Amino acid sequence: MMLGGINPAVLIASLMVAAVPIILAAIGELVVEKAGVLNLGVEGMMIMGAICGFAAAVATGSPLMGFVGGALGGAALSVIFALLTQFLMANQVATGLALTLFGLGLSSLIGQGYVGIKPPPTARLDLGPLSDIPVLGTILFRHDVMVYVSVAAVAVVWAVLRYTRTGLVLRAVGENHDAAHALGYHVIRIRFLAILFGGAMAGLGGAYLSLIRVPQWTDGITAGAGWIALAIVVFASWKPWRVLLGAYLFGGIAVLQLNLQAAGARIPVEYLSMSPYLITILVLVIMSADKSRAAAAAPAALGKNFHASR
Amino acid sequence: MVMLEKRPNPSRFWTAATPVLAVVLTMIAGGVMFAILGKNPLEAIRTIFWDPLFGEFAWYFRGQLLVKAGPLILIAVGLSLGFRAGIWNIGAEGQYIMGAIFGAAVGLAFYPMEAWFIFPLMVIAGAFGGWLWAMIPAVLRTRFRTNEILVSLLLVYVAQSILSSMALGALRNPEGGGFPGSRNLSQYPSAANGELIAGSGMHWGVVAAFIAVIAAYVLLQRHILGFHIRLAGQAPRAARFAGVSPNRLVLLCMGISGALAGLAGLFEVSGPAGQISIDFASGYGFTAIIVAFLGRLNPVGILLAGLLMALTYIGGENASTNLGLPSASIQAFQGMLLFFLLAVDLLSNYRLRLSNRETA
Repeated sequence: MMLGGINPAVLIASLMVAAVPIILAAIGELVVEKAGVLNLGVEGMMIMGAICGFAAAVATGSPLMGFVGGALGGAALSVIFALLTQFLMANQVATGLALTLFGLGLSSLIGQGYVGIKPPPTARLDLGPLSDIPVLGTILFRHDVMVYVSVAAVAVVWAVLRYTRTGLVLRAVGENHDAAHALGYHVIRIRFLAILFGGAMAGLGGAYLSLIRVPQWTDGITAGAGWIALAIVVFASWKPWRVLLGAYLFGGIAVLQLNLQAAGARIPVEYLSMSPYLITILVLVIMSADKSRAAAAAPAALGKNFHASR
Repeated sequence: MVMLEKRPNPSRFWTAATPVLAVVLTMIAGGVMFAILGKNPLEAIRTIFWDPLFGEFAWYFRGQLLVKAGPLILIAVGLSLGFRAGIWNIGAEGQYIMGAIFGAAVGLAFYPMEAWFIFPLMVIAGAFGGWLWAMIPAVLRTRFRTNEILVSLLLVYVAQSILSSMALGALRNPEGGGFPGSRNLSQYPSAANGELIAGSGMHWGVVAAFIAVIAAYVLLQRHILGFHIRLAGQAPRAARFAGVSPNRLVLLCMGISGALAGLAGLFEVSGPAGQISIDFASGYGFTAIIVAFLGRLNPVGILLAGLLMALTYIGGENASTNLGLPSASIQAFQGMLLFFLLAVDLLSNYRLRLSNRETA
């Protein structure tokens, strides 16, 4: 089945790939925001993950080590954010911005020696006969392992937040840190760990960009993916499965506009390439226009620093 | 065990001293970074901070200082008003680009006519372009409560796409032999924003930056609007009781910062940059955020911070040609400066107390 030179099954398969970095970064940020912390440095942590992952993969020759390196790189940068906001009471918005500016500079500094190098290829999962099912096989069973990891991450975050004690404590800290503190929970420690998790997930998403999606190192490789991840958390009203939906929607638009470019559509390339950002804005507007939903969904203590006076 | 005790009011001494402390700490940490990169840290710091001002080629660099500081100060003064009121316009880069496009388009429309009114018209168009681009997140926030941080930032990417479309399409130089980029405005006398005093780097954008600093100072100290801006940032509830309309503040602060960023873009495109090209966007809109914070959101502080940040730009270029220091390292250096600033800010809002008591 073909639509104007674009095969829908391939399109769906590639939108799943395009969405992976956003899913990983957004689900990490969702946990951070559920704990009441607004980390605007996702873009910086992603790009640090991208270069650290790339460097680790080139050095070891193993994509797996690349993803580990990416997660560590993102987490390392998030430590700075955690120290500044949790212990030094710095403004979260400003610190997040600083994290992005610093990450962009540092990554291009580290990345200088890596321009033009090919990373070790990541094998696709061989699912035998499943991959050979005509349409469904193309869509679902011919991906690299990270595509499944991203979906699994959403499921795990959803289950932990909803069904476990850890999830309940995390949400309590995000809703009312004074009450959580009074109950004896370590607000700062919980938030610190949540920020680290968010950093590692953003780093993982960045590593996916430089190792599989692109795959090479270029300055500014993330191209706003971190900001789109932040927007998707708002779009998802802080609900894990809606992150998946939002990321696939966004991935679909990103892939569709690339296909239209390749198919030589009459719309100029520049207008096609701005469409994902415009549609993200549009979606944000629609979500926030619904008064009752937007106000109720955001964690109550989001962006507020906690300082125990006793 | 070190305890933090919140000060009833921010310490005046530390408010002034923290930027200096942050700069010193950044120099130390930057020196460590340069040492890791295999450069002599003292020489690197001297090349960045000393040579451009007092070295052999200082006559050239001193002029560049104002050229770089002008747009940074102009944008940062606008941003600081919003930041004070808790309105986060972080898309100044996009407003800067749109200002340049609007202004240049007006100038190019008159080409090759020579008339005195062309440049003033371009200035108005530049401010309008930036204002218009900032009005998108502002109106979306007031009408639909959409987060202005995300919208203004995402619009930067949209503006960059428009920029490349303009450089390749509508505004391309018809006599440019098919190369991307517009006609060079600095070679079109009626539209050129040339140096006012030869060799000083002083152009109309720098003049505008000084005017903006003075205007913002008067606004914040003497005008009721400035009082409302400060009130809305420090005590939003009190501001509402005092009859300050949050929506009006959003529209005003975003509008002013957008117009100033647009002006900065116009003065850049008609002066130092000369033309609309694909790589016109140079990150001034983002660096200005650092400048605004480093200047403590205070107009006079921003003036000093802008000059300092311009120095790191020029010194960074100097270090990359003379020492082979990667040009990206200066960006990391600027980011580090903001980190240290945010970290030592603790001292102005909290008192450190030593105590033996275990905390719960």
